[in-house]
Amino acid sequence: MFLYAASGNAHKKAEVWRRNLRNDNILSAEWGNSRDTRRSRTNPRLRLRDVIAGKGQYVTENLLTINGLTKAYPGVVANDTVSFEIGVGEVHALLGENGAGKSTLVKMIYGLVKPDSGTMTLKGALFAPSEPRVARVAGVAMVFQHFSLFDALNVAENVALGMENPPKQGDLATRIRDVSETYGLPLDPYRMVGDLSAGERQRVEIIRCLLQDPKLLIMDEPTSVLTPQEVEILFATLRKLTSEGVAILYISHKLEEIRALCDHATILRLGKNVGTCIPRDTSAREMAEMMVGSAFEAPARAGRDLGEVALDVTGLSLNSPGEFGTALKNIHFTVQEGEILGIGGVAGNGQDELLGALSGELQSDAEAIKLKGEPIGRMGPTARREMGLLSAPEERLGHAAAPDMSLIENALLTGAQRENLMNRGFLKWADTRSFAKKIIEEFDVRTPGPDNAARSLSGGNLQKFVIGREVLQRPEVLVVNQPTWGVDAAAAASIRQALLDLAAGGTAVICISQDLDELMEISDRFCALNEGRLSDIRPAQGLSVDEIGLMMGGAHGMEVAHV
Amino acid sequence: MLRLEKRPQPSAFWSWLTPLIAVVVTMIAGGLLFGALGKPPIEAIRTIFWEPIFGEFSFYYRPQLLVKGAPLVLIAIGLSLGFRAGIWNIGAEGQYIIGAICGAAVGLAFYPTESWVIFPLMVLAGALGGWAWAMIPALLKVRFGTNEILVSLMLVYVAEQLLAAMALGPLKNPEGFGFPGSRNLQQYPSAHNAEIITGSGMHWGVVAALVAVIFAYILLNRHILGYHIRLTGQAPRAARFAGVRPRLLILFCLGASGALAGLAGMFEVSGPTGQISIDFNVGYGFTAIIVAFLGRLHPVGIMLAGLLMALTYIGGEIAQSNLGLPAAAIQLFQGMLLFFLLAVDVLTNYRVWLTSTEAA
Repeated sequence: MFLYAASGNAHKKAEVWRRNLRNDNILSAEWGNSRDTRRSRTNPRLRLRDVIAGKGQYVTENLLTINGLTKAYPGVVANDTVSFEIGVGEVHALLGENGAGKSTLVKMIYGLVKPDSGTMTLKGALFAPSEPRVARVAGVAMVFQHFSLFDALNVAENVALGMENPPKQGDLATRIRDVSETYGLPLDPYRMVGDLSAGERQRVEIIRCLLQDPKLLIMDEPTSVLTPQEVEILFATLRKLTSEGVAILYISHKLEEIRALCDHATILRLGKNVGTCIPRDTSAREMAEMMVGSAFEAPARAGRDLGEVALDVTGLSLNSPGEFGTALKNIHFTVQEGEILGIGGVAGNGQDELLGALSGELQSDAEAIKLKGEPIGRMGPTARREMGLLSAPEERLGHAAAPDMSLIENALLTGAQRENLMNRGFLKWADTRSFAKKIIEEFDVRTPGPDNAARSLSGGNLQKFVIGREVLQRPEVLVVNQPTWGVDAAAAASIRQALLDLAAGGTAVICISQDLDELMEISDRFCALNEGRLSDIRPAQGLSVDEIGLMMGGAHGMEVAHV
Repeated sequence: MLRLEKRPQPSAFWSWLTPLIAVVVTMIAGGLLFGALGKPPIEAIRTIFWEPIFGEFSFYYRPQLLVKGAPLVLIAIGLSLGFRAGIWNIGAEGQYIIGAICGAAVGLAFYPTESWVIFPLMVLAGALGGWAWAMIPALLKVRFGTNEILVSLMLVYVAEQLLAAMALGPLKNPEGFGFPGSRNLQQYPSAHNAEIITGSGMHWGVVAALVAVIFAYILLNRHILGYHIRLTGQAPRAARFAGVRPRLLILFCLGASGALAGLAGMFEVSGPTGQISIDFNVGYGFTAIIVAFLGRLHPVGIMLAGLLMALTYIGGEIAQSNLGLPAAAIQLFQGMLLFFLLAVDVLTNYRVWLTSTEAA
């Protein structure tokens, strides 16, 4: 599909595009049906504006045509003749598992990576950005998943840093206020970024983009840091933008969001465009199967009997070691044997600190944390491991594993004590190797062998290794933070299954995660972290999205939002 | 043009080949430098690298290789432990001096009593002196978070002043006709670090260096402490997660490197040099930094690098006397070695591709 060459003639192109949609969208029920739902294409204001502007454009015109883009890295073809189109004012989803080639594709559009072959056409003109600045000038803006903001500067200063010719602070602040009011993104230009929530930081990035007056806005996993309420507000902003003709390329693997927001979806698998669909008319399951290429099984949970209280946290308060971290404030909870406690919340609300306090990296009052009745708050990680409290932090490279060390050495990292991998301090490398091999086999870690460095593994495989390393040590209590972050659907399912199996075997599991679907799927009880405080704990079954959202603190700083 | 691409993991092959490449490139660049100074380049390189081992007077120079290599290896082994953990002791020169002062002071205190206990006591005192001097930056770092690079470096200059004060004051030879400098320990059998086999250059410091190499190898490869040292250097957060207590590690690494540097100073003052004098130190503590990196912070590599560096010292001296090369040219030559090593190091972590000249 999409193998025709882009022509310069807008009229002809629009025609081709329409035909193309009709013939090639294997999943779209019918072109006529979906047309009604395409707001931007039937938006009279846009048509009028474009005609007034004398551009002679058609409303259905393509903004960006991607034609046969190919990019190969040694050993892997990241993008293999990918072609698709994004129309003016359209929200176009780019779907795919980790490693499917979404980021490479987006980087080519944004000028960060140069394609090996293939062309792009932006508004009818050949578009080959040599660097992001060129792309920005051409009207392409991008909001990255990881923000590039300086904590110690205020909002306006951060925005100015990304501009070619920043105006004076006062003028810029006025413009920031204007844009933020117009698009329902309240933001004080003089606040320090370090004090902002993740949702507010994202607003800084979005406003920075909007000040450039973009034609195409690329958003990489924008909702991963937002509460459900904040997601709604973001969507309202995006819809307002599209009504003004801005196209949005939306990268996500949250399928329900894509169904709610996007007009079109292009699905990548192993670097190839394996199909497009109209998300509204396609079920999430169908899209997931297109992404994975096959049907996969959702984790199954067996009924469990809960045992005694395994971990008892009472009045845990802790200052964050970092300047911009979140202090933990008076946290109470208990977990029983065989139970999974899900802890939700937007990133940066104390998750890292809570994991550190439980793993022993941060120490608290001895009595604040009790493992099977024993006070352990003053103990370090080694002593806690010996007692059966294991953990798996969120950051795989550099925290849960040492990037340049082999998997054998990484198996030793937490396994030394419980797996009996040393004798009076002297290491038993042969035993360590077999432990690493056992993890690799039982958790289906794809790697040539245990001698490979941790950083050579894909995120999903390394995560399976990290979780497997703890699970195989038969913990009494296991604490995991973001166990499936950035992991593909199949690997995520197997990790969740491993957690469920562990709980079925009588382990108390604490799962800290920002993925609400995941928490609802595996946890027995649910609570949320919000600015270092833990909400009430409620049974997970029967919780509504609204209730969860409120537990997570509703919409951070959005009370004044009016869209 | 050249394009660099990060390797999925560091190449073991290149990590061992790069030191050799660095040596070869240094020879070429050094040759050019000597040529520019108006000296015959090939002759100069040959004098530095060939003469000491295979030349006419090699019977004299070969033992010197051990004498000069031993302190370098001993100090570099200690430094490498800290460097592996990301703890930067730059002040080994100061710890070396203090080790020498303490070792010599203990020996001189017993003068002229003869006893077999004296030398072991001096060894102990030398190690303790170096250790104590290194504990200053260590404790300041652990307690107040000061930068160990600056503190340890500044303490080198303090140690030099102390050395001068000792040579002119308390340790001055009472029978030395007022000349600065202590009694010569070579003439005090109980305190003399004599050659174990005459004419071999093999003194107790060489033995200590060999033992240090073996111990460091076992520590780094077979012991949990060595594993924690490496882990801390590569991923500090993962190390804390693994249960490493960073403060203890700082105290251990700085302490161990200080003790080894102190030992080196003690063996030097009681053996080859013989006395505490104003110009006792010749920069072994700084050169050892080059040795540690040239040897890839690996004990066996450090042993080879120490010998190589000793070779350039000896060869450099020959070149100075035979060809009239300035002393600074030799120091420059040694500096180049580290410079090129760091530059060539890129090959370990990156693949280099030659691409067409169009902008990437």
